This record gives sequence, C-alpha cells and structure tokens, in this order.
Amino acid sequence: MSTITLNNNQQISGATGGRGIGTTEPLVILIHGAGMDRTVWALQTRWLAHHGAPALAVDLPGHGASGEPERTSIADYADWVADVVAAMDRPVHLVGHSMGTFIALEATQRCDLASITLIGTAQSMPVHPALVEAAEANDPLAAQLMSGWAFAPQTRTGPHPSPGSSMVGTTQAMIAQSKPGVLHRDLTMCASYDTAVSTAEKVHAPTTLLLGAVDKMTPLRAAQPLIAAMPHATVEVVPDVGHMVQIEAPSIARSVIAAAVKRAHD
Amino acid sequence: MPIYQTTSYSFESVDEAGALFNLEQPGHIYSRISNPTVAVLEERLAALENGAGAVCTASGQAALFMAISTLMDAGGHIVASRNIYGGSHNMLNVTLPRFGITTTFVDPRDPEAFAAAVTPSTGLFLAEVTGNPGLEVLNVPVIADVAHAHGIPLMVDSTFTTPYLVNPVELGADIVMHSVTKFLGGHGIAVGGALVDGGRFDWTTTDRFPTLTEPYVGYHGLAFADEFGPTAFSARARAEGLRDFGACMSPTNAFHLLQGVETLAVRMQRHVDNTHQVVQALLDNDAVTWVKHPSVPEHPDHDLAKELLPRGAGAILSFGINGGREAGRQFIESVQLASHLANVGDAKTLVIHPASTTHGQMSSTDLDQAGIGADMVRLSVGLEHVDDIVEDLSQALRRSQKGVA
Repeated sequence: MSTITLNNNQQISGATGGRGIGTTEPLVILIHGAGMDRTVWALQTRWLAHHGAPALAVDLPGHGASGEPERTSIADYADWVADVVAAMDRPVHLVGHSMGTFIALEATQRCDLASITLIGTAQSMPVHPALVEAAEANDPLAAQLMSGWAFAPQTRTGPHPSPGSSMVGTTQAMIAQSKPGVLHRDLTMCASYDTAVSTAEKVHAPTTLLLGAVDKMTPLRAAQPLIAAMPHATVEVVPDVGHMVQIEAPSIARSVIAAAVKRAHD
Repeated sequence: MPIYQTTSYSFESVDEAGALFNLEQPGHIYSRISNPTVAVLEERLAALENGAGAVCTASGQAALFMAISTLMDAGGHIVASRNIYGGSHNMLNVTLPRFGITTTFVDPRDPEAFAAAVTPSTGLFLAEVTGNPGLEVLNVPVIADVAHAHGIPLMVDSTFTTPYLVNPVELGADIVMHSVTKFLGGHGIAVGGALVDGGRFDWTTTDRFPTLTEPYVGYHGLAFADEFGPTAFSARARAEGLRDFGACMSPTNAFHLLQGVETLAVRMQRHVDNTHQVVQALLDNDAVTWVKHPSVPEHPDHDLAKELLPRGAGAILSFGINGGREAGRQFIESVQLASHLANVGDAKTLVIHPASTTHGQMSSTDLDQAGIGADMVRLSVGLEHVDDIVEDLSQALRRSQKGVA
C-alpha cells in the first residue's frame, strides 16, 4: 500500500498519512537519513496531511519498502529526488533529515523548490570508525550505536511522544530493518560528501534550519559554517534535543515545517 | 514515578483534540488507550526486551487476545505449541474457534511440525520460552527461522523467563508477551499483561496481514505499516485493541508493577539460585519420582537451556510424587511455608496441582500430550531462604508418603 504512482508512471514507496499526495496543492516531500526510511516522519506526515499540505515521506531507493536499487552518492539520490519533484508538476517543499539534508541541498541545484527545511544538519558528517566497521559487517551493533548517539540525554529514556514506544528502540528497530549493506553505503556517502557549504552558498529557495542544541551526530558548532553560507535562512535551535528532532520534539518539527510552507506562499 | 490517577487529559484546542483522536499527532487522550504511568512501564519493558514499543493490558490473557485480534480476522489460523499455560490453551482451543480463529497445536521441540501446520491463513506462531508446566525449552532461533521462511511472525510468552534470563527479540522472536503479574511484578499484588513489539518484522512482504498493511476505515484510511513501520503492530494494538476491547492496565497497577521491575535482576538471580538447590533436594528425596527442570542433566533440553538461558532456566519446576494424585493432595495440603494458589512468580514459594486446576479444562488426551499427569506438582520457587523452602518441602513430602504402599 505504500506504493505511489507519479504522473510519469514512476512508482515509488512512501507514506502520505493515509491521504495520498493530492493533485495540484503544494506538496511537502520528506527525505529520511542514513539507514532509515519513511517512518522516521511518522509524527509529522499524517498531521501535515490533515493540516493543509499533502505530505509524502519517501523511501529513498533501496530503503524501507522501496524496490529500487540503492544509489551510491548524494548526487545520485539528489537526481532521484529531482525527478520525483519534476513529476509532481506543482510547488514542492523539501524537508530533509541528516543525510537527507545533503540530498535536499543538492536537489536545489537540480530543480525548482518552493522551500527547503534542513533538520539535524552540519557542514560535514564524519562517521565514527566503530560505526562504519559495524555497519560494514551488518552487525546489529551499528543500529544500537546510531540510535544510542542520536538522542539527547534529556530525551533518550523517554517518555516517547507516542505512549508506549521506546525512543531508542523504535529507531534501532527501523535501522535494523534496513537491507544489508545499505547503512554502510549511506554512512560512507555522508562521510565523503564535502560540498555542503559551497552548495548552500548557491541555494536561492527559502530555507529553514531546525537543529538540536545537544545533537552529537551533527553538532551545533558544525552547523555554523552552513548557517553562515545561507544568511537568508531561518534558524531554529531546540534546547535539550539531539539529532532526532522530529521524534524528540515532534510538535516543534511540525510547526516549523508548516511555517516554512506558509512563509513560501505568503 | 507518580501515579497519574486520571481518566482523561485536557486538550489545548479543538484542533489538537481532533488531531489526537485521528492519530495525526501522538499523546494521551483517555486512560483506556494510554496513561503516563502505564506508558513508563511500557517503555521500560520495551527497553528491557530491546523492542520498539510495548502495550500493557489488564492481564496476560488480555495481551494474548489483543495480539491475536490485532493480527487476524475470522478465518485466521495459529500454529501453537501444545505445551502452554492451560488458560492460553483454552482460549485457542475452545474460545477463539467461536469467533472463527483456529489453532493447530504442535510439539514445541519439532520445527518441522510448525512448518507442516502452516496454511494460507496462518498469521502467527505462538509458544512459551519455557513450557507450562513441563519446562520444554523453545529453540527460539530455529522456530523463528521457520516462521520467517513462511512470512509469519513468532510470538513468545516469556512470562517464566523475563528479560533477565532471555531476550527473545535478539533470538529472532517478533512479539514478546508477558503476564507482568508474575516475576516482573514479583509481589503477587497486581494483575497485568504486556505485548512487546520487536519492531523487526516486515508486515508488508505478504498479504497475510491486511490489518496492518491495508487502509483502516477506523482511522480514515490509515495503513499502520505505511505510517508507523517498526511500531505498526503495537500502534494498531493500542489504537484498536485498547480503544475497542478496553482491556487496559490501571495506573495504580502499573505503579505496583513498576516497583517490581526495578528489582527484577536481583530477584530473578535469587529465584534461579534457590531453584537449583531445590531441584537437587527433590532429586535426592525418595518420595519424588521425577523432576522436570532444564537444569537437570537428564532434561531433554538441558543443553539448549544452557545455550539460550545461560543465567538459568527460571524458577518454575514440576515433579512427580510417589503415590500419585492422593499423595500429591496430601503434599499440597501439608506445605506450611509454601502457599497453595494459582499463580507463579511470587516472592513466596507456590505449589499447585496442574491437572485439576490450571490445566483442569483440558481433555485427558490433551493432558497426556502436554505431559501433565495426575502425579504432577508444579512449584514456583520463591525468595525465602532456601533452607526454609527445602525443609518445608521435605516435611510435606514425608507426610505425603504416609499410607503409600
């Protein structure tokens, strides 16, 4: 049921909050991070879909329920996103998380976008060797390390916004479900992508950065060069929140995305 | 942790209330569906089991029913171990067929029997990590592989083992159920159940699980697997199971059970240590004809238990008394320290005669197949000093032999 057919008959996998992607209204497309999938946006997609903006949380190729082969570079994923945007034939707002922010930045150079919102981002995303090693071996330790580092100490033990869910456990299970090799390839791509700042300097689309104040994976100080490269950007920093802003502070993420959409059309 | 002794929660606006009811945003609405105190217990159980989430229920039986109703409709089929708690056996064998859900019972030690029982309608494999009351040890990784090869999830009841002794999700199980009443609570003062969603099963690869993969009219077209992924099962269990059937855990019971969970590690170790000494004392007693516990080298699953349950195979054991049912009755009525009641996993040592009580609704054929004879006594070894436990059992065994030829 997660299959969505685009105007060009391309079929992609994604979640729409049960409402579909509509036809002519401006659309919010949400792009997940390394080793993750559409469901990382579970606390945003359905709300957005019922609050004025059809939303499509995609599974990038090779991720989640996508049947397409995974890509091997940020640029290749950006090409894929640009094709999806083009097939929509209407204003599209891109929202990226982590690796998805690099893909969104690259996509701005390939298609017209109504706005971009970058959540949990930095000028570069070096990856700890222990994580790379575990991911290469498809060791469950990789999911454990990532989900352990991704949350702020203030949020990691809960309560989860969705009663009964586990902060770390939900993310760990999502990453553990990724196909063998995908997480390692994603992390390698993130680590080698070194043109975030130079790309950001060329972005003309209205931009919002949503950052966790105690993010250990994309620390706030590492986001500063990116912020400097986009002086027009709106920057929101959420106290006591780590890398998984859309889970740790879901209502803030919802309102920031909704505000970005509204600003672009005002 | 405070007890949120409340039924409901104030909404900030009409829009927020609507969004909460329509699962557009998460949060508490009404304590039948979720409650902050209960949610703490749920998150802790999920963390202990390495799962994605958990849903607590009014009892272990409520958890079992909610798991099944979440996964299948009338016409659904379950493959279950034949060596399970009598109440679970009754639900599967007698009650659920009234609603069109049938079960094939198989030998938990026979992976091929699980495979052979699969039909196009099968939506669940179900077994206990250690069977009740025969302590058959489930080879969780092997049975999980069989289940997954058929696109079916494995749910295990880990009530006897708790997360201290085994992590079924890491061994391949997809859902873990508990009667939290037992060792997790540990005090015998509050009834409760839980389903832990492992979050690793991909519901979308087959068409066996329309409740999770198809749009649900009850939430205006929401497809749980599409939106919630790793927590699709627990999300539907809560959003439909608790909403419609209403078998929720009370916040006060959650508070009581949370106190138990805090001391689980030290209690389980003491339970296991006491059990090993009680097993030895029973083996050395002439009035005892046999002892079933995986720690006994002659137990068929002794080696498997050492591999899967390295900290111990739990504190439930069963044994036979020379003299059969009458000697068993005499034994049970002679214990003084131990309590004669229908529970396990209490701080106190408990005894019961399964054939006439916990498994009393089973037919004689089913009892034979489950290895439950008239001479069997089930023991739940408590936390008392082991010398006191052994002394009490010894004096009761002596009394049981009076009049035995």
